[in-house]
Amino acid sequence: MLEAAFRGGKRYWILLGVWGSLILVGLWAWGQQFTQGLTVTGMSQDVTWGIYIAQFTFLVGVAASAVMVVLPYYLHSYKDFGRMVILGEGLAIAAVIMCMLFIFVDMGQPTRVTNVLLHPTLNSMMFWDMLALGGYLALNAVIGMVTFDAEAKEGPPPGWIKPIIILSIPWAVSIHTVTAFLYSGLEARSFWMTAILAPRFLASAFSSGPSLLIILALILRRFTKFDPGEKAIRSLALIVAYAMVVNVFFVGVEFFTAIYSDMPHHTHAFEYLYMGLHGHDALVPWMWTGAALTVTCVTLLLIPKIRNNLNVLGFICAGVIAAIWIEKGVGMVVTGFVPNPLGRITDYSPTGVEIGVTVGVYAIGFMLLTLIYKIVVNVRERMLAA
Amino acid sequence: MESKSRRTFLKETAGAALGLSCGGSVLTAACTSGEDSHGGGPVESQWAMVIDMEKSQDPAVREACYEACIQAHNIPRIEDPEERIRWIWDEEYQDVFPDQVHDQLPDDVKHAPVMVLCNHCMNPPCVRVCPTQATWKREEDGIVMMDMHRCIGCRYCMAACPYGSRSFNWRDPRPLIDKDAQGNVASDFPTRTRGVVEKCNFCAERLREGLQPACVEAANQVPGGEGALMFGNLADPGSEVNQVLSSQRTITRRVALGTGPNVFYIV
Repeated sequence: MLEAAFRGGKRYWILLGVWGSLILVGLWAWGQQFTQGLTVTGMSQDVTWGIYIAQFTFLVGVAASAVMVVLPYYLHSYKDFGRMVILGEGLAIAAVIMCMLFIFVDMGQPTRVTNVLLHPTLNSMMFWDMLALGGYLALNAVIGMVTFDAEAKEGPPPGWIKPIIILSIPWAVSIHTVTAFLYSGLEARSFWMTAILAPRFLASAFSSGPSLLIILALILRRFTKFDPGEKAIRSLALIVAYAMVVNVFFVGVEFFTAIYSDMPHHTHAFEYLYMGLHGHDALVPWMWTGAALTVTCVTLLLIPKIRNNLNVLGFICAGVIAAIWIEKGVGMVVTGFVPNPLGRITDYSPTGVEIGVTVGVYAIGFMLLTLIYKIVVNVRERMLAA
Repeated sequence: MESKSRRTFLKETAGAALGLSCGGSVLTAACTSGEDSHGGGPVESQWAMVIDMEKSQDPAVREACYEACIQAHNIPRIEDPEERIRWIWDEEYQDVFPDQVHDQLPDDVKHAPVMVLCNHCMNPPCVRVCPTQATWKREEDGIVMMDMHRCIGCRYCMAACPYGSRSFNWRDPRPLIDKDAQGNVASDFPTRTRGVVEKCNFCAERLREGLQPACVEAANQVPGGEGALMFGNLADPGSEVNQVLSSQRTITRRVALGTGPNVFYIV
């Protein structure tokens, strides 16, 4: 089965070549960082986390969203997701690996990474996050391989896999909850210290993750003989619509609390994001772009005729991903550091090296995803031919 | 200058206080868990500092403290504020005590310099979040310590500290440390590598020798600076800090957060 990854047409090799060269760019950039220290990044004593931790946060959501196909399929026997489930699991595997890499490249002393396991610390959310992510990776790898192997042999999966699949459902929720707890338990950062952060993370994850899955499914439909199913794609689109509406509601709830109470600690972050604070307005164009995308996409998703039109759905999904990426990958992390505990505002923007490393990590993830999907498609095409 | 008896007193306070208030090591755990970080209840053993804001208005006093700290801990001199390593430094009153500032305060009060450093909190958020126990609250004397060899440089503690008291080594600090003609650094205190977080340690290495923290000693040597910084153990009823805290109006930073700072300010 795995040998399929080593055989393919011209397009397949070009795609792998693209990922490969981007990985080389990333390795070069990381080499700079490894030899000179994190001084080569745009981070500072005031803004101590930047684009890496932001991408980590965004991708945990993408990983968790596999549950949106696993749950209907296995708990509700929603058969239309039958060909979609493995794609969701593959995406989860690639996303979790990217998450781990983003944490790794953010470390000041990457060679000491094992200290987290050598000195397990139950009171640190980072320790729990490591366990949650590692466990989730293992669950998806095992479930994906066992069920797909059974399918390729045209038999039922072994019985012992069922409880593991059930376990993976709450586990998916846990990875994003624990990631939110990394932030929401910090009394020093009022922007993050909100009980709705974890629910918000989940809602935005369940819109961005399935959106990515829809785009991937549409690509597979277009370029391979394997079709994950029109009905499955439409069901996913409905999930995106619901999740996006819930996400907008949660954001609105946050806005109300901050603006109506008018407490400076709570309003400052939102001012910084949408209007600029004391002349610091680097994120303002981003945030308004995100807001415009959100409103447009939600409106379009709520109209069944448009949502069900597979010719435009891909674009709407790209809009959703961009909106959530701006929310989590640009605004969420940096704004927690503005203003800093001493009232100072320090702007942050990633350097070329940071962007290079980021692109490299994404390329590793997408290369992995390409390999996994190639194997899946090959087996499916062979079964169709038989 | 320190008298001999004073040194011995400082050296033994921690151990004695531990024994007195808890009656031996077996009970230590019970004592610790009974401690209320929100105040009240006897403290087992906790070093604390009192800063007299009036006396520390003299720039010469503050400068002496900062220089002493830099020399004692081989702190690199980094001009770029985005990368500067700070253990004890100046901030404006309005930024140190944001909850005490109102519009009618005169500008000179708002902008008055205040010395800030790690608060060695009773309930330190940095310790709570550290994934490797590279920073921990030392049981015998309440100092929030750092293990530079264990720190993985994740900077979670910096996100958690509500006082901005922690600095990360974004670059190799060693070329930027003061050295004499022979190329030797000023003190025996270990220099750091890049990629780790550091902060004030209340001069744990000097307390072990029976000395006061470098900044406290330096302030006392500046004319007019005597008593600008006071240091002692909260568990010792006779300590200078306890006398000041029980008789004068003092405040700590951001009380509402419940961290329980052990650096107090006489207003």
